[in-house]
Amino acid sequence: MMMSPLAVAAWRPGPARTRPGAAGLPRLLPAAISGCPARLAEHLARHGPLPSGAEDARSRQELIREVERSGLRGRGGAGFPTAVKLRALAAAARSPLVIANGTEGEPASAKDKVLLACAPHLVLDGAVYAAGLTGARQVVVVVHHAVRDIVARAADERRRSRYDGVPVRVLDAGTGFVAGEASAVAHWVERGIALPSGKPPRLGGTSRAGHPALVQNVETLAHLALIARHGAAWFRSAGTAEEPGSMLVTVTGAVQRPGAYEIEIGTPTGEMMELAGRARSPLSALLIGGYFGTWVSAAAAAPLPFSAAGLAAVGASPGAGLVAALPETACGLAETARLARYLAAESAGQCGPCVFGLDAIAGEMTRLATGLPTSLVRIQRWLGQVSGRGACRHPDGAARMIGSALAVFGAEADEHARGRCRATRTDSVLSIPPEALP
Amino acid sequence: MNPPARLRVDPIACDGRGLCAELLPELITLDDWGFPIIAGEVPGALRGEATEAVRLCPKLALRLVPAR
Repeated sequence: MMMSPLAVAAWRPGPARTRPGAAGLPRLLPAAISGCPARLAEHLARHGPLPSGAEDARSRQELIREVERSGLRGRGGAGFPTAVKLRALAAAARSPLVIANGTEGEPASAKDKVLLACAPHLVLDGAVYAAGLTGARQVVVVVHHAVRDIVARAADERRRSRYDGVPVRVLDAGTGFVAGEASAVAHWVERGIALPSGKPPRLGGTSRAGHPALVQNVETLAHLALIARHGAAWFRSAGTAEEPGSMLVTVTGAVQRPGAYEIEIGTPTGEMMELAGRARSPLSALLIGGYFGTWVSAAAAAPLPFSAAGLAAVGASPGAGLVAALPETACGLAETARLARYLAAESAGQCGPCVFGLDAIAGEMTRLATGLPTSLVRIQRWLGQVSGRGACRHPDGAARMIGSALAVFGAEADEHARGRCRATRTDSVLSIPPEALP
Repeated sequence: MNPPARLRVDPIACDGRGLCAELLPELITLDDWGFPIIAGEVPGALRGEATEAVRLCPKLALRLVPAR
């Protein structure tokens, strides 16, 4: 079944809303939902043609330096400098494969889907431009099935008008929380197995001579497409000096209009939450950075700039731009226990500490949430034992989120130990795919 | 003299047999589920034992790598 962009928008309502008057925003999203998805002609009318990637090695290096000056960092969660990846791949002995990663396996995140549903050509531009910079001869766009048809149509449109110099293939993403991890995506493209490998992404068999893969989040590529057109100085005119540009965020949970928003990096977190509309119940806490993120009390988070530097003050990070709002009426421990159970079930099942550790931790968290006797000391020890002990960062992320819950909901944990809970609602606030629940 | 080295577990290959922790309790302990936790660099005096632990791992999951 084809999913219209409006259906995508309704499923996570509202792209394109941004703070009025913010510098040149929105950059990536259209000004109105009615413009989704932008056809190639509309895309070119808005952004102008994509400058060609470089013909020779020297001009490639020059263009990569411009990306470096822009300060663009990956928007998939890890925040790695894009120019460093491009330079490494451009210098590789074999021509790389460019993989645009639109897997967005995090169930509550919508920003990559909304971007692909609204501006597929901007993402494709970025992927094709990255191919030009690194000498890649093929581009694979891996996308969530909800937006696959939109992206496939955009790729067809470009093929028919012979817009690109490299072939562009569109592939349905693997399913599951870890499927979007870079090595898992490369694994998926090559062999149809969406599991992390713990090694740098590399395609073409197990030999050392395989083709390297440039795996970039789709939002990163959309920014790259605009840097290619307008340059580093333009890109830096929004955001902070250390973290320039705009970014897409997904605001979910107890807000009036959950959805994807484009903000300047460094916008105060409270102001960003206002974009999505204040809910009736005051907020007690925010889960910042996704289900691998960090719980922070809503009051502590509100004045902080939404940036890596700003959120570091409370031990949080923007991650892939997901913020979930928890109302005072809900129980943070119950929400965390559900997420812990989900993340344990989403382990790829390859590494012992992740398989057994997350399951054990989720079990204790469920006991804590339901008021059964448990040992916080033991949970803390287990959190320490699973961190850094998998092939990918899945156990680390889960442990960070659960550890932050124990800190932020410490008073609630004491009450639970005495058989009390101050929550008045029992429905879940944070969404988890129904098929993932036991 | 050997350059400094440390032990590394391939967490995907490791099955938690626990042989390494028996051979080299000075450097390897087991977590609550029986999977090895490695402590720091291999001191020169334990280099022989470390090499032996690598050789005897039934899953070939243990390696000696240069310390950074």
